[in-house]
Amino acid sequence: MPFKPVPSRRDLLKTGAALGALGVASPLIGARAFAQGALTVGFIYVGPRDDYGYNQAHAEGAAAVKAIPGVTVIEEENVPESVAVQRSMESMIEFDGAALVFPTSFGYFDPHMLAVAPRYPGVQFRHCGAVWQEGVHPANTGTYFGYIGLGQYLNGIVAAHASRTKKIGFVAAKPIPQVLININSFLLGARSVDPTITCQVIFTGEWSMAVREAEATNALIDQGVDVVTCHVDGPKVVVETAAARGAYVCGYHANQSALAPALYLTGAEWNWATLYTNFVNQALAGEPLANFVRGGLSDGFVKMSPYGPAVTAEAAAAADAVKAEMMSGGFSVFRGPLYTNTGTLVIPEGTAYLETDIALESMDYLVEGVIGSTS
Amino acid sequence: MDTDLGWWAVPLALIGGAIRISTPFLFVSLGETITEKSGRINLGLEGTLIFGAMIGYGMAYLIGDAWAQAAINDAIAQGLPPPAVSARSYPMAAWLGVGIAAIAGSLFGVVHGLICSLKRVNDIAVGIAMMLFGMGIAFYFGKPFIAPAAPDLPSIPFAAWSDVSQVRDAFNVNALFIIGIVLAVVLWWAFRNTRLGLILRVVGDSADAARALGYNINLVRTLATAVGGAFAGIGGAFLSLYYPGSWNEGISSGQGLMAVALVIFARWNPIACFWAAMLFGGTSALGPALQAVGVTGGYYLFNAAPYILTLGLMVATSSRNRAMAGAPGELSITR
Repeated sequence: MPFKPVPSRRDLLKTGAALGALGVASPLIGARAFAQGALTVGFIYVGPRDDYGYNQAHAEGAAAVKAIPGVTVIEEENVPESVAVQRSMESMIEFDGAALVFPTSFGYFDPHMLAVAPRYPGVQFRHCGAVWQEGVHPANTGTYFGYIGLGQYLNGIVAAHASRTKKIGFVAAKPIPQVLININSFLLGARSVDPTITCQVIFTGEWSMAVREAEATNALIDQGVDVVTCHVDGPKVVVETAAARGAYVCGYHANQSALAPALYLTGAEWNWATLYTNFVNQALAGEPLANFVRGGLSDGFVKMSPYGPAVTAEAAAAADAVKAEMMSGGFSVFRGPLYTNTGTLVIPEGTAYLETDIALESMDYLVEGVIGSTS
Repeated sequence: MDTDLGWWAVPLALIGGAIRISTPFLFVSLGETITEKSGRINLGLEGTLIFGAMIGYGMAYLIGDAWAQAAINDAIAQGLPPPAVSARSYPMAAWLGVGIAAIAGSLFGVVHGLICSLKRVNDIAVGIAMMLFGMGIAFYFGKPFIAPAAPDLPSIPFAAWSDVSQVRDAFNVNALFIIGIVLAVVLWWAFRNTRLGLILRVVGDSADAARALGYNINLVRTLATAVGGAFAGIGGAFLSLYYPGSWNEGISSGQGLMAVALVIFARWNPIACFWAAMLFGGTSALGPALQAVGVTGGYYLFNAAPYILTLGLMVATSSRNRAMAGAPGELSITR
């Protein structure tokens, strides 16, 4: 904890007089850094910065921010989702003078960021993944996320063209809505090419569990799966294991093509550079920052890895055509009639959800064609 | 050719998983058996395992990378087009990594052994301290090695005759697994039939008898802990250099700790250590394999199989009469 002496009454009077003389209203003290054209931005990661996955994606966004003149970036890795992240935020604000903080992991939001933010009203906090609600959460906080399920749909299209066994596989961490959207999108993308394709899913139960991820990949391939993708924190083990067995790979989080140059098809990547540079440029210009930001392919929040050498011209054209539709808006991955893999109708005929639809953020089912169960 | 195996995939996955996953369990438990035979417990092997994984992977990458750079520079100096080589092109570098991990592991063992040679020092407490120390410095120095790709240890295709690709893959066996089996047999034989084995057992069973025979108890125990640490270091290098084959901070899911429990279950018998390691490896593969054939419910339970097995075995083998049968007499848990 930083040492903070209790200010004496004389100090308070002096400060108050000085502020009065300058005509500065107290809530603007923290905003001072914005106006001067210089800004210190803090990034906090739950794992290592170069994990070929979730944290690397954020670190690449932070690297783009570093290039903006007048901006100082401070980063801290391997910060647990505990009171440790509160200390990290406090030290970034008190010692480094950070005026904008990005705690990037899901578990940093409640209670940690929500506990620190009210104590520093002049500092802006933006969190990745949670849902900010006006009136419930402090005004100097906010959240952002991207519709990466669109990317998994495109992965599915490319996977369907590459698959000879018509079985594709998904190594998933936990059955939460974001993961289920990705699994279902991957299958629906593949079925848009060939309606007989099935997608086998294996849940490992942990965000990061190297041996089990490798076993899950091997088990999928033993069942005849020949294209594998995943949703775990660091896809390195899945990509390397699948490639060693000769299966094609679709990436996730970041570009993993260096790990499997011949077998990497494409991948759904975060493109946080767009979002972070927007936030920082707005802060430098002294503009207010949005509290609730979501975006997909067309907003530049999500991007696709360049196609690998194994992708045919036909597959690339098919994926590019759908991508163009997504970019122009109005493309629905989830449209009726849609059944779960237990036979329940979840989206009736005539209903279609855009990726922005809030109904998707509570998804708790696997669609018909996915082999697996959420519990 | 890929063949649809159906339910046969489950026993195949269990055997394949046992071969792939058991090696770290086997090496750590053999090392711990040697240490415990001398009358000390080293609980720090989890830390040694993780440090071995880091240093083995890091050194294999640095050596392989240096060789690759040298090959490229040579080609350029001779006016040839640079060859397409990287660190991954040199499996020999991976073997050097295993060797360095063994040396690092033995140093951890020496530190544990020397500290425990002081008077009134509890070996279990020192072990826990060494475990945390090993993990801490492995994470600290391992940072730059998370991204690079180090060479893998080569595997031996034992089922190249098979037409079924799944069978061929399941029986791709790493040389360390075979070395582990040989070591288990050699240790089992050496404990009974060699002078060294006898000295180790005397020191472990009765310090008074050993002293009467003129052996330096602390020296024997420190060396036994060093050898145990070397084994654990090799087990760690297997994790990062072969399966799952990459270094990250979550590479070990408690293999080092479970292997120590496994020694008690195996009754300090190296051959039994091998079977116990195979059993743990097989059950670790159970969860993913069952989901793959369509038993999709209850995967949290099946994924927990190795831990349930640990508990079950400890309960089953703990009876009032024979709980400590075969335990060295000088162990701090038996005294």
